[in-house]
Amino acid sequence: MLNALVHLPLVLPPVVTGWLLLIIFGIRGPIGSLLNEWFGVRLVFTTAGAAVACAVMTFPVMVRAVRLALETADPGLEQAARTLGAGRLDRLFNVTLPLASPGILVGGIVAYATCLGEFGAVITFAANIPGQTQTLPLAIYAALQVPGGEAKAAELSLVSLTLALIGLLLSEWIGKRLNIMLGR
Amino acid sequence: MSLSVLLRHRFPTVRMDIAFEVPTPGVTVLFGPSGSGKSTIISAASGLLRPDACRIVVDGKVLADTASGIWLPPERRRMGLVFQDARLFPHMSVATNLRFGLRRAAPGPVQFNEVVDLLGIGALLARRPHTLSGGERQRVAIGRALLAQPHLLLMDEPLASLDSARKSEIMPYLTRLKTALNLPIVYVTHALDEVAQLADSMVLIEAGRVIGSGPLPEIAARTDMPLAQRDDAGALLLCRVAEHDARRELSRLEGGGATLWVPLLDAPVGSKRRLRIPAREVILAGKPPDAISLHNIVPGRVRRMTPDAARRSVLVEIALPSGALISRVTPDAIVRLDLAADRPVLALIKSTSIEVLGS
Repeated sequence: MLNALVHLPLVLPPVVTGWLLLIIFGIRGPIGSLLNEWFGVRLVFTTAGAAVACAVMTFPVMVRAVRLALETADPGLEQAARTLGAGRLDRLFNVTLPLASPGILVGGIVAYATCLGEFGAVITFAANIPGQTQTLPLAIYAALQVPGGEAKAAELSLVSLTLALIGLLLSEWIGKRLNIMLGR
Repeated sequence: MSLSVLLRHRFPTVRMDIAFEVPTPGVTVLFGPSGSGKSTIISAASGLLRPDACRIVVDGKVLADTASGIWLPPERRRMGLVFQDARLFPHMSVATNLRFGLRRAAPGPVQFNEVVDLLGIGALLARRPHTLSGGERQRVAIGRALLAQPHLLLMDEPLASLDSARKSEIMPYLTRLKTALNLPIVYVTHALDEVAQLADSMVLIEAGRVIGSGPLPEIAARTDMPLAQRDDAGALLLCRVAEHDARRELSRLEGGGATLWVPLLDAPVGSKRRLRIPAREVILAGKPPDAISLHNIVPGRVRRMTPDAARRSVLVEIALPSGALISRVTPDAIVRLDLAADRPVLALIKSTSIEVLGS
């Protein structure tokens, strides 16, 4: 159930995810109203809201990366740590997580790069406010709506392409370096 | 002082019912075919597996007893475990690996520098596990287990994944370990050369049951037990170097109530050596032959004869004053010499066929 909930944004149309967020975190929504009442925090149509939308959208990617990294961990090393006197948390922090770190880090970078390209959920939940909630694709879309905006759109697309490439190359490089360090 | 182990466990296909008691300190080898339950004993002793019933007592101290509810998890049990694959932590240096258990254990007698010297790993401390050879890795793993200040060191086929060159590289360290630390060791293997060099006591296991246990020289010579029925069977004598004769290039050793000459050894007089005498190299005679190149004519008494139909031979167990030899001869030889239980016999052993092992 939790698994399905976490992975929902992966298969749901992003606009639907954004709209659900709007319902839940809106000023009158079940969580949004509480946030507003207790902390005076408003998520809808704000930068923080854009961040939340991005986080929800990329969460499944991250969960998958972490899970894969933990699943490939060698149970034999955990057993060895146990016989050497390491308790559960001790093992998690000193053996399992360090060994899973390449996978987790790479997942994080890919998730971040995906975040930069978020469109549907952000525009629905946080709107398209330049300088506040406008992601790169939103800016490109906005530029294309204006006559003569092609040049700006091309510029922004180039930025997007560069960021995406850097993200992928960086994750690849870090993953490789960490694995070499771990002797794999 | 003794180590006593009792274990009962029902697997889907096999029932285990193990009980043995051996003297400590010393190396106890659990020997048997794969799948016989040797590793289960190790898993239960370390706490990684919880059997139906298990009781482990070392020198009067109860380390585990399911009957009275003493069943600590592995992390609190203080059992050193060395796996077949070294299982070093790849993200830590050798030194950090070695200190992993030490940092988590209560202060104990095993010192860092002592272990590093004992295992000859001083030059490796800054290295990462993946840069080590298989033998080096296993030495580090042994050191790591020792430094966790265990009550008992469990070794589960520690040399099985190494080739013979690496094996002979690590063997001297293991024999040193035996004498240097006053720690009982339980060692699982199915390699006879490891048994011959390391074992003090033997526990023979087959299909979840103990089929024999006792001091190695006794078990190795029991022709009714599987160790002596192998093609490469041989007796073991625990000997002392008694004399060197440099002119004749021979050394005299005494042990088991016998005197044996071997090619000149490079060992001080008084030092201990194990002699392995392969059964197929031992000739039996009714009276001493003359004009023969042989140096060793050992008088004994026939204790037991076990036919080995598959090899068309008979295994003869020869009792010495405080040890035993075994000889593999043909059934015809038995008839010609008129051998029978309790008859005196002479065992003729070539000096060059005696294998001299470490102490």
